[in-house]
Amino acid sequence: MSTETNKSSADHRRLIGVLSLVVLGMFGFGFLLVPLYSVICDVFGLNGRFVDIDAGTYDITAQSERAATLTQNVDTTREITVQFLASRNQNLNFEFRPMQKKLVLHPGEMGMVKYYAKNLTGKDVVAQAVPSLVPGTAVKYFAKTECFCFTQQTLRAGEGKEMPLRFVVDPALPKNVSTISLAYTFFDTGAQAKPAGATFNVARAAGTSN
Amino acid sequence: MSSDITANDTHHAHDEHHDHGPPSGLMRWVLTTNHKDIGTLYLLFALLMLLVGGALAMGIRLELFEPGLQFINPDFFNQLTTMHALIMVFGAIMPAFVGFANWQVPMMVGAPDMALPRMNNWSFWILPFAFTLLISTFFMEGGAPAAGWTMYPPLVLQGAGNVPFMIFAVHLLGMSSIMGAINIIVTIVNMRAPGMTLLKMPLFVWTWFITAFLLVAAMPVFAGAVTMLLTDRFFETSFFNAAGGGDPVLYQHVFWFFGHPEVYIMILPAFGIVSQIIPTFARKKLFGYSSMVYATAAIAFLSFIVWAHHMFTVGMPVAGELYFMYATVMIAVPTAVKVFNWTATMWRGAMTFETPMLWSVAFVFLFTIGGFTGLMLGVAPADFQYHDSYFVVAHFHYVLVTGALFAIIAGVYYWLPKWTGNMYNEKLGKLHFWLSVISVNVLFFPQHFLGLAGMPRRIPDYAIQFADWNFWSSIGGFAFGLSQILFLFIVLKTIKGGEKATDEVWEGADGLEWTVASPAPYHTFATAPEIK
Repeated sequence: MSTETNKSSADHRRLIGVLSLVVLGMFGFGFLLVPLYSVICDVFGLNGRFVDIDAGTYDITAQSERAATLTQNVDTTREITVQFLASRNQNLNFEFRPMQKKLVLHPGEMGMVKYYAKNLTGKDVVAQAVPSLVPGTAVKYFAKTECFCFTQQTLRAGEGKEMPLRFVVDPALPKNVSTISLAYTFFDTGAQAKPAGATFNVARAAGTSN
Repeated sequence: MSSDITANDTHHAHDEHHDHGPPSGLMRWVLTTNHKDIGTLYLLFALLMLLVGGALAMGIRLELFEPGLQFINPDFFNQLTTMHALIMVFGAIMPAFVGFANWQVPMMVGAPDMALPRMNNWSFWILPFAFTLLISTFFMEGGAPAAGWTMYPPLVLQGAGNVPFMIFAVHLLGMSSIMGAINIIVTIVNMRAPGMTLLKMPLFVWTWFITAFLLVAAMPVFAGAVTMLLTDRFFETSFFNAAGGGDPVLYQHVFWFFGHPEVYIMILPAFGIVSQIIPTFARKKLFGYSSMVYATAAIAFLSFIVWAHHMFTVGMPVAGELYFMYATVMIAVPTAVKVFNWTATMWRGAMTFETPMLWSVAFVFLFTIGGFTGLMLGVAPADFQYHDSYFVVAHFHYVLVTGALFAIIAGVYYWLPKWTGNMYNEKLGKLHFWLSVISVNVLFFPQHFLGLAGMPRRIPDYAIQFADWNFWSSIGGFAFGLSQILFLFIVLKTIKGGEKATDEVWEGADGLEWTVASPAPYHTFATAPEIK
């Protein structure tokens, strides 16, 4: 009986060891999903993020040249509805809205709208707008030449301002897409406002971005 | 099978390792390492939590009895729905199944006890602490968690003092489940009696074996997800905080990667229980035993690759919608294998309808309704209409109440005579069944109509056109709730006494547990039975 018990407790220990490793592995897997999610979304453009704008590596000159080429051949056979949305992060006490709800244009045509933001607080705030687009696969067909999201925006206490946005929709946009929704979320960067005139040529949200 | 077994356990010569019976007094229950004692503790705890969670549900149905706000303020209503779900899922259904596993798995595979008896004691005794943490939030400033049992950020992180309590309770529950699961796997792999090959194991053991693997693989992911919530709230991380570059949708993926296997954790053991009961009362062998095993394994595998069907409306590319839709609908195939096998087992059987059989037949019929609405929800374009409506509420209550809970009640009636040595009162058992099965349909069936008509879930008030069906649903709810008081009475009465049960209990019963005395002796199969 006792030898049998020893043998079985060794069996138990081995199996417990293996199962404990599985448990630890799956706990780690839960955390592995975090970078995996970012990578998959960026590679396949699933969640409509403008990765280079978020990362501060958006090449405005190249996009302007691209837009200039695209505007050469406007596709008048199609119309695209571009809807504009605005939301504020809960920590930002701003009024923030597009001055126009939507724009119907041909691919290749230059579009221009303005967003309006007003600082409702009693102090200066440095804010950053982060864009996202639905459907996410349309991101690479959407060239922005001017956007308030390229830089951080400093709004003085009580200041309101109109912020322009210029873009071109690439005529190569897949045929099944007829409506594009462009959303901006405005965040408080937490940074101190610099004296008037100084700008920050860093396009990224507060904190770390991946 | 039973006739092939030499039952020598009741008169075995005991050695110095164990004594005749349990010590007396309260400390017996605190210190016990006996699988039957721990099984009893689990089952009684689950019954208590069923009553607590049920009381919360009565509050919900009371408020929804009429349109308008009558009894409960909206924030407290949200606390009720959230806590009802957490308590029922983690306090009632899961511990009840672990209780069954503790009682039955060693007896069904011919083992003297669980493989890891001291850890077994821990697995249970963590639970009361976890639920003290969780339920104490009701008495805090700001109240209990109110963002739904799925704990989606950023809403859940706006809870007041309850957030760390909820998260640590989930951690404890996870530890308890994982320890229980490891124990069950080790018992089944290492402790089977000689001759009990894997494909001779009763189906209840098989379903629990597979469920235990689901627990080991899924619970740690959930623990990871709530840990990320914790650090987002208290340690300035930004896993799900958009302002810091995180993404709240990520949480939904991580949660449902756990959450979908979790729903099978709550139904596979129910399949096992019903697969034991139906052959007994049809007096036939289970039809398609091996296909049942493979179907269970197939369901378990599929459960890990379909999670995003819970979040079709989150904004996925069409390819993603299609993949998750097809994968989800595929689960209907192994599930249908099971339903057809149960039906085929009953086909031309010499059926009698004792209480456990009534509950099991109701399970097959009503669970299938829940399965069909699941198919409807799995169709992505249709889901856009049903999402977050009462249709979803009706669906998961059909699979969890008339599915999991009905199987648990069936199992209790089936094995209670073996556990206590006394027969339950058959007349009262049948009364309990008929009251429950009628009221549960009055309770949940109208919720399908409410959902299709557009009533959203998790709201304390509703538009006037939903008044009639909510009225009926509440009437059904109160009746179903009261019927379970009868269940409590029947169980307590059977524990106290009653007509003595025979060893075999049921005429058509088959399996090792029916070869030992009723009530089952404190120690069974100290010498392994022979299985031919």
